Amino acid sequence: MEKNTGKNGKRKSNLSKEKLQDMYMKMLHTRAFEEKVAYFFSRGMVHGTTHLYVGEEATAVGAIANLRADDWITSTHRGHGHTIAKGLDLNRMMAELLGKETGYCKGKGGSMHISDITLGHLGANGIVGGGIPIATGAALTVKLRGEDKVVICFFGDGAINEGTFHESVNMASAWKLPVIYLCENNQYGMSTSQKKATNIDDLSVRAQAYGIPGKRIDGNDIFEVYETVREAKEYVKKNGPYLIVAETYRYLGHSKSDANRYRTKEEINEWKTKDPIPRMRIYLEENKIFTPEELDGMETKAKQDIENAVEYAKNSPDPDPADLLTDVYAD
Amino acid sequence: MSQREITYAKAINEAMSEEMRRDKEIFFMGEDIGIYGGAFGVSVGMIEEFGETRVRDTPISEAAIIGAAAGAAATGSRPIAEIQFSDFISIGIDQLGNQAAKMRYMFGGRAQVPMVVRAPIGSGTGAAAQHSQSQEAWYCHIPGLKVVTPSTPYDAKGLLKSAIRDNNPVVFLEQKLLYRKKGLVPDEEYTIPLCKGEIKREGTDLSIISWGRMVPMVLEVAEKLAKEKKCEIEVIDPRTLMPLDKQIIIDSVKKTGKAMIVHEAVLTGGYGGEIAAVIADSEAFFHLDAPIRRVGGFDVPIPYNPELERNAVPTPERIEANIRELLQ
Repeated sequence: MEKNTGKNGKRKSNLSKEKLQDMYMKMLHTRAFEEKVAYFFSRGMVHGTTHLYVGEEATAVGAIANLRADDWITSTHRGHGHTIAKGLDLNRMMAELLGKETGYCKGKGGSMHISDITLGHLGANGIVGGGIPIATGAALTVKLRGEDKVVICFFGDGAINEGTFHESVNMASAWKLPVIYLCENNQYGMSTSQKKATNIDDLSVRAQAYGIPGKRIDGNDIFEVYETVREAKEYVKKNGPYLIVAETYRYLGHSKSDANRYRTKEEINEWKTKDPIPRMRIYLEENKIFTPEELDGMETKAKQDIENAVEYAKNSPDPDPADLLTDVYAD
Repeated sequence: MSQREITYAKAINEAMSEEMRRDKEIFFMGEDIGIYGGAFGVSVGMIEEFGETRVRDTPISEAAIIGAAAGAAATGSRPIAEIQFSDFISIGIDQLGNQAAKMRYMFGGRAQVPMVVRAPIGSGTGAAAQHSQSQEAWYCHIPGLKVVTPSTPYDAKGLLKSAIRDNNPVVFLEQKLLYRKKGLVPDEEYTIPLCKGEIKREGTDLSIISWGRMVPMVLEVAEKLAKEKKCEIEVIDPRTLMPLDKQIIIDSVKKTGKAMIVHEAVLTGGYGGEIAAVIADSEAFFHLDAPIRRVGGFDVPIPYNPELERNAVPTPERIEANIRELLQ
């Protein structure tokens, strides 16, 4: 596979026009969603905290473009991108952030717990590394039932140093479970650089320790992500897990309270030259898949969809106070 | 109804095996549960019947065992996970307390996590501080979990079958000193509902609320005092600690006017405090004619030396002394 840095014009893709549009729209929706949420937080219009995915969109969208609705994912505290890519409804996502009854979790979960089991989404997660064993268990169900499904387990460069990573990948490898462990290396666990947190540069070498394939890729190149996950998907169905480390970057802080003291403006700006959204746009334009006007139209529509989601959320009712005590136990 | 005498361990084995025959979504995983039969021999013979796909020996990875059970349960399986000693649940506590227990509520009621974590608890085996604890109160403090601990083979079988059929994460705590104790179970299939206590002995002078291996100990003391015509003690075993059958406790204390809680766990922060509060918060308070008494383990790690170990937790002598004091 050709290596892609910066401009994307030369990459070949067999993806249909409809598929490319869907992928581009999901990146745009994620970007617009996150920018709106950042605005809300900056104005104190919603409470709690949130972790935004701006800059990392190609990883979630490129990976999940390989999945069906009934394939599973586990997500992270930085989960809005995975969630939009998995096809969850923008209105109900925004309603959850505003703590509304119509939100995915009826206002009980917030940003870090959005999920929809019916769409194969096993939840964002407030615990770093918390979703890794859960993805492993989902893959165990798939294997025990003999289903034709895969699991993608998203986690970050922070989580790769949690014990759950080691325990889960080892177990999945021993049991040959159909799960792709996809590490999004956005370079920082909160403020701590991955280079300070480990003594290795390429995190994918850890795969060797488990006897599974490992691959480091450009997580800002949506086609490289897509193609790697496509290969990994076929591999894991027959052979057991696969580790992918997607190199990417978040432009915004770890959470709303981040003053960005641990990195330089130059570094952030350097990564902005590798922004996944313009890269995909250049590809779509240069290959004449869409006209500039069509692409502008998509960008306008994405922003409008988010405005509509905000309207939906604002007009939704708050949870019934009596609902505080429900949903602790299943019948 | 015909009955047989089986051990507590065999009762647990039968409960799992019967349920696995009934429902193909149930599988069982844990450390050394296959050919070895589990550290306490509970699962002997199961791998021969169900094969290594449904009886899965795991790596020594408690977080992955509990977390994979949660993930499997959320996606439609019904796992039973054995943790070799309940003390080791602490290695996977995030997966139990932050993931499995909370998933349903966090997701707005749109998930269910039907799993059982089975683990032996308690002292008395000379295994010292990291293999002998009774930490039931930890799990009772996490909404979303159910916590069950049986005191007889009959209860163990009936409650475990219900725990496996329950659509919530259930922590099923087995009393390791009871594993070899025998008791009668019916030949016919039966279940015992969760969240329902049982009066193990009727009495009029004092209600003792106790669970696990303390129940046979309390019953022995009660029989002795009855023979001596000292008193008639009512013994209540809640069996499920969370959610708790409060009414059976309140009704008993209203009848006897005196309450004592006996548990093996260390006293401070133990679940006995919660039960004392349930009594004090209820109409039973107005029937009390003595302070509520708690008898628990001393606030020390479980020691190694056999005499030290025996005395770290309630003994028949200490229970009897407390009863005599309370009834004076």
